[in-house]
Amino acid sequence: MADIGLGHYLTVAAILFAIGMAGIFINRKNVIVILMSIELMLLAVNINLVAFSQFLGDLTGQVFAFMVLTVAAAEAAVGLAILVAYFRNRGDIAVEDANLMKN
Amino acid sequence: MGIFETLSFALPELVLVIGAMALLIAGVFLGDGSARQISLGSVVLLLIAVILVIFGPGAPAAALFDGAFRIDAFSDFAKVIIFAAAAVAILMSDRFLGGEELGRPEYPVLIVLAAFGMSLMVSATDLISLYMGVETQSLALYILAAFNRDSRRSTEAGLKYFVLGALSSCLLLYGASLIYGFTGATSFEAIAAASKTTESNIGLVIGLVFLISGLAFKVSAAPFHMWTPDVYEGAPTPVTAFFSAAPKLAAMALFTRTMVTSFPGVIDDWQPVIALIAVASMAVGAFSAIVQTNIKRLMAYSSIGHMGYALIGLAAGTATGASAVLIYMSIYVAMTIGAFACILMMRRRGGMTENIADLSGLFRTNMPFALILTVLMFSLAGIPFTAGFFGKWYIFVAAVQSDLIWLAIVGVFASAISAYYYLRIIWYMWFDEPAPAFERDVGPVLRLTAWASALLMFPVLVIFMGPLRQAAENAAASLF
Repeated sequence: MADIGLGHYLTVAAILFAIGMAGIFINRKNVIVILMSIELMLLAVNINLVAFSQFLGDLTGQVFAFMVLTVAAAEAAVGLAILVAYFRNRGDIAVEDANLMKN
Repeated sequence: MGIFETLSFALPELVLVIGAMALLIAGVFLGDGSARQISLGSVVLLLIAVILVIFGPGAPAAALFDGAFRIDAFSDFAKVIIFAAAAVAILMSDRFLGGEELGRPEYPVLIVLAAFGMSLMVSATDLISLYMGVETQSLALYILAAFNRDSRRSTEAGLKYFVLGALSSCLLLYGASLIYGFTGATSFEAIAAASKTTESNIGLVIGLVFLISGLAFKVSAAPFHMWTPDVYEGAPTPVTAFFSAAPKLAAMALFTRTMVTSFPGVIDDWQPVIALIAVASMAVGAFSAIVQTNIKRLMAYSSIGHMGYALIGLAAGTATGASAVLIYMSIYVAMTIGAFACILMMRRRGGMTENIADLSGLFRTNMPFALILTVLMFSLAGIPFTAGFFGKWYIFVAAVQSDLIWLAIVGVFASAISAYYYLRIIWYMWFDEPAPAFERDVGPVLRLTAWASALLMFPVLVIFMGPLRQAAENAAASLF
C-alpha cells in the first residue's frame, strides 16, 4: 500500500472543489443546495491549507484554515438570512425562478 | 513595537469599527425612529476617519501586525476616497430611504462596516488579511443589496450577489491556498521573494489564475461580470450608488497591490491574463450597454467597461500604470456618484423612474439637471476636455510605455463605441419631445452632490489635475 502523501490530499481537495462548483452550476432546483456547495468548496480549500501546512511544517496554513472556518460560519448566517427574506417574498426557493431581472 | 504603538497606526479602522458597534447598539435601543441620527453619526465617524488618515502618523518604520497590514501613501490615498465616498453615499440615501419607508438604523452602520472592510482590503499585505478584508466588505454588501427586504427584486439581487460573491471568494481562496502551498508563505513580500527564485512554478501559476478570477469578480470585470447588472438593477438605488463607487475603488486598489507587490517575478504570466480581462470588460461594457433601457442597468454595463480601462493600467505593471489606475478610479468614483445623484433625482409623483426614455426633453423641463447630466455623460464617455478624458489618457499612456500599444488601441476603439450610448442619453435630453417633468423638490444633498460632481469633472479636476496626479504618483511609488 502506498503512503498517503501531499498529492493525495490535493487531489481530494480538487475533486471536492470541482463537485462544489458543479453543484452551483448544474443545480436548478434549490438554493439550499447552492449554500451546501459553497460550504463544500470552502472545506476543500481547508483540506488544501492544512495539507500544505503539514507538508511545509509551517503553522500559517492552519491559522488560515481557522479564519476560513470562522468566515464560512458568518457567510452561512448571512446567506440563510437573505434566503429567508427571499422565501418570504416569493414562497419558493427554486433557482430557475430567480429571473425577475433580464435584459 | 508595542501593542499600543502598533494599534495607533490602525486608528481610523478602530474608530470605524468601534463607532459602528456603538451606533448599532444605540440604534437598537432608540428604535427605527433614530435612523437619521444614526446616519449623521455614521457620517461623522467616516469624516473623523478621513481626518485621521490625512493627519495620521504616516508610514511606520516597521511592519505592522507581522506584515499583514501596511500603511503607506497608497493605502492613505485609497482610504480617503473610500471613506469620503461612503459618507456621501449615506447622505444621499437619507431622502430615498425615508420615502420608501426603509429608514432603519442598520443601513448606515452596514455602510460603515463595509468601509471598514474596504480599508482592510487596501492595507492588506498578506493573503489572510486580504481574504478577511474582502469578506468583511462583502458580507456587509450582500445585506445592503437585499436591504429592501419586502421587495422581490431587492431580495433576488441580494441572493444572486451572495451566491456569486461566495463563489468568487471560494475561487480566490483556492488560489490563495495553492499560492501558499507552492511558495510556503502568505505575506506578499515573502511570496514575491519565492516567486522570483523558483522558475516556472506551475502550481503558483494555477493559484494565481484562481486568485485573479476571484479578484476580477470583485471588481466586476468580464467574464466575471454576470452579477453586476442584476444587482445594480435590483438593489435600492442609493445602495447601487454606493456599490458603484467605494467598493470598486477598494477592489481595484487591492487588485493592484496584490499583483505588483507579490507577483512582480511572474509578470509575464499574469500580464496577458489581465490584458485579456481588460479587453473582455471593455467589449462587454461597450456593446451590452447599447440595448439597455433601464438607466441603472446601463450604469452597470458602464461600470464593467470602466473597470476594463482601469485594468489596462494594471496590465502595464509599472509605477506609471498603478498611478494611472488610481487617477482613473478616483475620477470614476467622483463621476459615478454624481450620475447616481442624478438617477436619484429622477422622481415623479408616484415614485422613482428608472427608464432612460423618462429623461427625454429634460433640457426643456429642468435645465440645470440636464446640464449636470450632460457634463457627467461627457465625462463618462471620455470626451476631451473633461476629467474622464484625462483619466483614460493616463491609462493609455501607461499602456504605450509598457509596449502594450495594441491594448491602448483596443481601449480607444471601445471608448469610441461606448460614447454612442452616453451621447444617446444627451440626445434624448436635448432634442427629444419632453416627457413629464420630474419633481423639483429633491433636497439639498442630491442637488449639491450632483453639482459638485459635475463641476469636478469640468473644470475643477481638469485645472487641478496636477495635484491629483502628484498624489497618485506618490501613492504608486510606495508600492514599488
